[in-house]
Amino acid sequence: MIVQAICFYLFAAVAVASGVLVITARNPVHSVLFLILAFFNSAGLFVLLGAEFLAMILVIVYVGAVAVLFLFVVMMLDIDFAKLREGVVRYLPIGATVGIILAVELILVFGAWAFAPAVNQSLAAPMPQAHVTNTAALGDLLYTKYAYAFQASGVILLIAMIGAIVLTLRHKPDARRQNIAEQVSRNRASAIELVKVKTGEGVGEGQGVR
Amino acid sequence: MAIQDRGIASVLLAELVAGLGLTFRYMFKPAATVNYPHEKGPLSPRFRGEHALRRYPNGEERCIACKLCEAICPALAITIEAEAREDGSRRTTRYDIDMTKCIYCGFCQEACPVDAIVEGPNFEFAAETREELFYDKEKLMANGDRWEEEIANNIALDAPYR
Amino acid sequence: MTDFWSGYFWPTIITILEVLLIAVVIAVSMAYLTYFERKVLALMQRRKGPNVIGPFGLLQPWADAVKLITKETIIPSGANTAIFLIAPMVLFTLSLVAWAVIPFGDGMVLANINVGILYLFAISSLGVYGIIMAGWASNSKYAFLGGLRSAAQMVSYEVSIGFVLVTVLLCVGSLNLSKIVLAQQHLWFFIPLFPMFIVFFISGLAETNRAPFDLPEGESELVAGFFVEYSSMSFALFYLGEYVNMILMSAMTSILFLGGWLPPFGITPAHAPYGTIWFVLKVCFVLFAFLWVRATFPRYRYDQLMRLGWKVFLPLSLFWLVLTAGVLVWTGWLPVGA
Repeated sequence: MIVQAICFYLFAAVAVASGVLVITARNPVHSVLFLILAFFNSAGLFVLLGAEFLAMILVIVYVGAVAVLFLFVVMMLDIDFAKLREGVVRYLPIGATVGIILAVELILVFGAWAFAPAVNQSLAAPMPQAHVTNTAALGDLLYTKYAYAFQASGVILLIAMIGAIVLTLRHKPDARRQNIAEQVSRNRASAIELVKVKTGEGVGEGQGVR
Repeated sequence: MAIQDRGIASVLLAELVAGLGLTFRYMFKPAATVNYPHEKGPLSPRFRGEHALRRYPNGEERCIACKLCEAICPALAITIEAEAREDGSRRTTRYDIDMTKCIYCGFCQEACPVDAIVEGPNFEFAAETREELFYDKEKLMANGDRWEEEIANNIALDAPYR
Repeated sequence: MTDFWSGYFWPTIITILEVLLIAVVIAVSMAYLTYFERKVLALMQRRKGPNVIGPFGLLQPWADAVKLITKETIIPSGANTAIFLIAPMVLFTLSLVAWAVIPFGDGMVLANINVGILYLFAISSLGVYGIIMAGWASNSKYAFLGGLRSAAQMVSYEVSIGFVLVTVLLCVGSLNLSKIVLAQQHLWFFIPLFPMFIVFFISGLAETNRAPFDLPEGESELVAGFFVEYSSMSFALFYLGEYVNMILMSAMTSILFLGGWLPPFGITPAHAPYGTIWFVLKVCFVLFAFLWVRATFPRYRYDQLMRLGWKVFLPLSLFWLVLTAGVLVWTGWLPVGA
C-alpha cells in the first residue's frame, strides 16, 4: 500500500504543480508543455484508481491529439508580451469583477459540498464485477444505459466538426487544383501528337501542343 | 476497357508492386562500384591529372623556358622565370603551378614543344593545407621522376592519334 | 519485514533486470538495424555498403557510436536550452517505454496489461512531442517547419491507425496483445484483413517518418528537418529513437497481422525458444519491407501525403471497420467478452 500512496502523492503533486505552472509560465509554449505534464499525471492517477482504460484514452485523446494542436497553434503565434500588458490597468476592474464572482461561486459550492448517499458503496466496489475488465464494464454501461446520451454527444461533435469545416473552407475559384484521376488517365495517345514539320514553315498555330 | 484495367491496376497497387519487384531484382545483381582505395577503375592514357616536369633519358631537364604554357594557361596558374645557365643553355629558374587555380584543361601539355610539362595519371594528391598545393619546380621535377614510366607509356599509347 | 522483501524488493529488482535486458537487446538491434539498412539500400542500388570496419563492416555501428559520442554538443545561441535538451530524451524514452507490453513469446512479456494495444497507441501518439519540441526549441526555420510537418502528419495517420486497431480488436474481442496473438492461431489476420494490413503498414511508415513519408526530415529541402541543429549525443538519441520506433512498428505489425510468435502452419511448437525466433524473423521481415520501400519510392509531396491520409485511408479504414463489424455480427463470429 505504501508504494501506491507514494505514487499517488507523486502524481498528484506533479499534476497540481504543473497546473499552477500552466498559468504562471511566461512562455505560452511552456504553458502548453506543463498542461501536457498535468494530463499525463492525471492519467497516472487514473491508473492508480484501477481505471486503465480511462487513463489510456486521456493520453491518446488529450495528450496525443488535442494538446498537439494546442502546441501547433501556440508555436505559430507570435506573441508580443509588452503589447499584451498595455491594457492591464484599463481592463483590471472587469477582470477583477469576473474573478470575484467566480471565487464566490466556488466558495458557495465547496461550502454546500455533500456526498451522494450511494458514493460509499460505489467507492468500496469501483468495478462492477471482479472478472470484468473496466473496458468491458464501461462499454456495457455506455452502450446500454447511456446509449442515448452517447449518441447525442456524438451527434453534437459531428455538428461542431461540420460547422468548423463550413466556416473555414473557402473555395477560391482561381486556385489551380490537382486532378489526380485526370493526370493518371493520361496516356501516350492523348498526350503526344507527332507532327511532320516542313522545313522553313514551322509548326502551325496551336499544333503540336496539347 | 482501358479505364477498367487501369482502375483495377491502381486498386491492386500494381505499379507500386512492380517498382518493389524491380528493386528486389536489383538486390541480386553484382555491385557496379569498386572498392575504391583498394581497387581502382581504369584510366585513359589521355587522363589529365597531377602535373609533372620531365627529363630526357640522360637526365637533362626538358623544359627550355619558352613560356608557351604560361601564355596559354587560361587560369593563369603558371609562373615562369628564366635565365641562361653557366653552359649558356636557356633554363627556368622558377616554374610554379598554383594547383588551386589549375582547371586541368591540358593546354600546357598541348603547347609544350618538348613534352616537358605533362599532366600525369595521378589524381590522388589532395593536401591538408592550401600551401601544399602551390607547386614549385622542385616538386614538379620530383613528380616527373616518380611518374616517368607511366607518363612515357601514356604518351606512346596516344602517339598514333596525334 | 519479509513482506517487504518478497512483496516489493525482489520483484522490483527482477523487473529492473528485465527492463535492462530488453533495453540492451533493443539498443543492439537498433545499432544493427542501421547497418542492415545501409547494406540493403546499397545492394538495391548496386553498391557495396559499409565493408571496411570489421568483417563485412559489422563493426560499423560501433564506430558510428564512438564518433557521435566523442563529438561536441552544440547548443544554438537562440535555442531554448531546456526544451532543446529534453526533446531527444523524450523521444528516446518514449520509444523504449512502449516495449513494456510487447509479447516476445508465449507469456514472455514485461507487463501483460489489459489495455496493451491502447498503451502502445498512446505511447506512439506521444512520440510527436519529441519532434515538435526539438523543432521549436532549435529556433531555426528548417527545424520548425520539420516539426510542424511532423505534427500534422503524425496526427493525420494516427486516425487511420486507430481504425485499423479497432478492426483487429473487433476480431479478437480483447485489448491484450497476448490474446490478440492467440486469436490468430488458425488464421493470421493479414489474410482476412489484407487491405487493413496494407493501410497499417503504410500508416506505420508515415508514423515513423520513414521514406516515402520522410517530409519532417526532408534532406533535400529542410536539410535534416527537426534535428538540423542537433549534434553529438543528442543527435544520436534522435537517431536511436527513430530506429527503435521503426522496430516497434514492425513488432506491432507482426503482432497484429502476422501472428506474433506463432509459427506458420504449426511447423514448430510455439513455446519458449521457437516462438521468440519466429517473432524475431517476422519483425526482421517487416523491417526489410520498410527498407525495401525506402529504396523504391520517391518522397511524397506534402499535399499528396495529407490527401492520402484523410481522403483515402480514413474512408477506406472506416468502410472496412463497418464491413468487418457487419460480417462478424451476420455470421455470428463476433467474439464475446474476454
